[in-house]
Amino acid sequence: MEKKWNEWVYTDKVKEHFMNPSNILEDEENYTDDGKGIVGNVKCGDQMMMVIKVDKERNIIKDCKWKTYGCASAIASTSVLSEMVIGMPLDEAYHISPKDVTKELGGLPEHKIHCSVLGDKALRAAIDDYYERNGMEDKIQKEEARIVCQCMNVTDHEIEHAVLDGARTYYELQERTKLGTVCGQCKDEAIRLLEEYKKKHFDE
Amino acid sequence: MAKRQIYMDHNATTQLHPEVKKILTESMETFGNPSSLHSFGRQARHIIEEAREKVALFIGCEAEEVIFVGSGSEANNTVLSMLMCPSEKCSCGSMGKVPHEIITTSIEHPCIMRTSECLQDKGVPVKYLSVDKYGKISLDELKESITDRTGLVSVMMANNEIGTVQDIKEIAKIVHEKGVLFHTDAVQAVGKIPVDVRELDVDFLTLSGHKIYGPKGIGALYVKKGTPFCPFIRGGHQEQGRRAGTENTLGIVGLGKAVEMRKKEMADEEKRLLEMKSLLKKGLEEKIPDIRFNGHPTDCLAGTLNMSFEGAEGEAILLYLDEAGLAVSTGSACASGSLDPSHVLIATGIPVEQAHGSIRVSLGRENTMKDIKYMIDVFPDIIHKIRNMSSAYEGE
Repeated sequence: MEKKWNEWVYTDKVKEHFMNPSNILEDEENYTDDGKGIVGNVKCGDQMMMVIKVDKERNIIKDCKWKTYGCASAIASTSVLSEMVIGMPLDEAYHISPKDVTKELGGLPEHKIHCSVLGDKALRAAIDDYYERNGMEDKIQKEEARIVCQCMNVTDHEIEHAVLDGARTYYELQERTKLGTVCGQCKDEAIRLLEEYKKKHFDE
Repeated sequence: MAKRQIYMDHNATTQLHPEVKKILTESMETFGNPSSLHSFGRQARHIIEEAREKVALFIGCEAEEVIFVGSGSEANNTVLSMLMCPSEKCSCGSMGKVPHEIITTSIEHPCIMRTSECLQDKGVPVKYLSVDKYGKISLDELKESITDRTGLVSVMMANNEIGTVQDIKEIAKIVHEKGVLFHTDAVQAVGKIPVDVRELDVDFLTLSGHKIYGPKGIGALYVKKGTPFCPFIRGGHQEQGRRAGTENTLGIVGLGKAVEMRKKEMADEEKRLLEMKSLLKKGLEEKIPDIRFNGHPTDCLAGTLNMSFEGAEGEAILLYLDEAGLAVSTGSACASGSLDPSHVLIATGIPVEQAHGSIRVSLGRENTMKDIKYMIDVFPDIIHKIRNMSSAYEGE
């Protein structure tokens, strides 16, 4: 497709959600949520809060509102995610991935993918909070990090993060995480995970 | 209705001055190789040397001390890379004698930062001077940092992001008292504030065409007569054997005209830009809570205003302003493609989150008071809109 000068770096869908975001949490004091999740950190440039209301009979998200501190893709991905999950069963919403969000937005530039990963995390945190408040702790799926590089203490989560932040080769992964820079025994496992996460987040 | 488009990003680049446009169009017929002895070549040589005279006159040096290069980045790379000149056997004949250590600052342009890092990787020690909260280096720290091993000190004259202007004359004096060579990257200064290389007493100075309404792809490096030098691009004898490659005749002619016009317009324009900036600053300060201004309050480029907004991220601000027709830039990480916000703002000690929420307005010759009033009109609503959906804003 021919690129025009006035086209955005983002898709029309991203622009639409950025210019007119849906489901912003306007009246925080008077909103009684059933679950609330906050993830990210302003120092890192991204922070997100999601609140949900749950239809407890049917285990369906009946409302979702959010607030976010972040760039255009962070705002747009939270907005689109909130639209996606209203009316969705908790189980299904729990497993939404950044890729699902990106797809819904019609794609994001590769270096902006990491801006969209907070939304699904905030949503999962909100659902976990709901489970906790309602004595359903058994439904919480703890994401336990596994150490891959013993020497430098690097986990699979950190590898996934590095991939989202742009690492595409083993060398770039080493630059970002310092893994495999001492004994090098974890190289094969790290490369396997690198490929897995590349596939998970970037392959259509 | 045609969409309003107001350019307020002059530290990034500028539009061509109408006089520059004119001379570029006229000079397009001059295609000869300036190195050729025939009439076609001589014609090109003539207009290049005319432009060199203009640049020399503008910065107060002799024509033979001006080398035309492809960009400010190239000029800066040239100066720093001289410290890698391998030996006294190098064809330049003068290097291998300059000691092997560089001092620069923590707020330089990436072309100085990356080159310094690269030199460091190759074994050249580099020291980065810190800056205060306004972006000024400390003369005492500079004095203490220079040793017998120091071969070059490089300090930018005016900062591209916050506009802070260093006391180059004082700095050069200190550096020369220790017998060390001094370079200043004056890309943002030349054509905006008075720059006279003899008065400042610098050994090398970098300037660029496209920041001062000249063409892109052209810059100049001043090298004081008698200063050691080693070319960065080797080949033909162009530019006295100091920068090989057939001259960019059009670019050079455009740069010559650009500085000629700056000489005429600069002083009045500075006054005008200062008035506009102070109106803008006042207007935004009154209407937007939790705003802070970065950079030096007085020793600052007239058209540069850098500010941070609590609870609002820079890329989002930039894109909403763009939708309103206002073109600015940001020091936010999200706009740069990296994960780190502006190294300049961080060096001034402002909190990381304030750096993420920073916006730079850089005004120029075609901006008017009407533009400023329009910005004051639309900016507060944009910040309000972003803060309203921000999880990191407590105020209002």
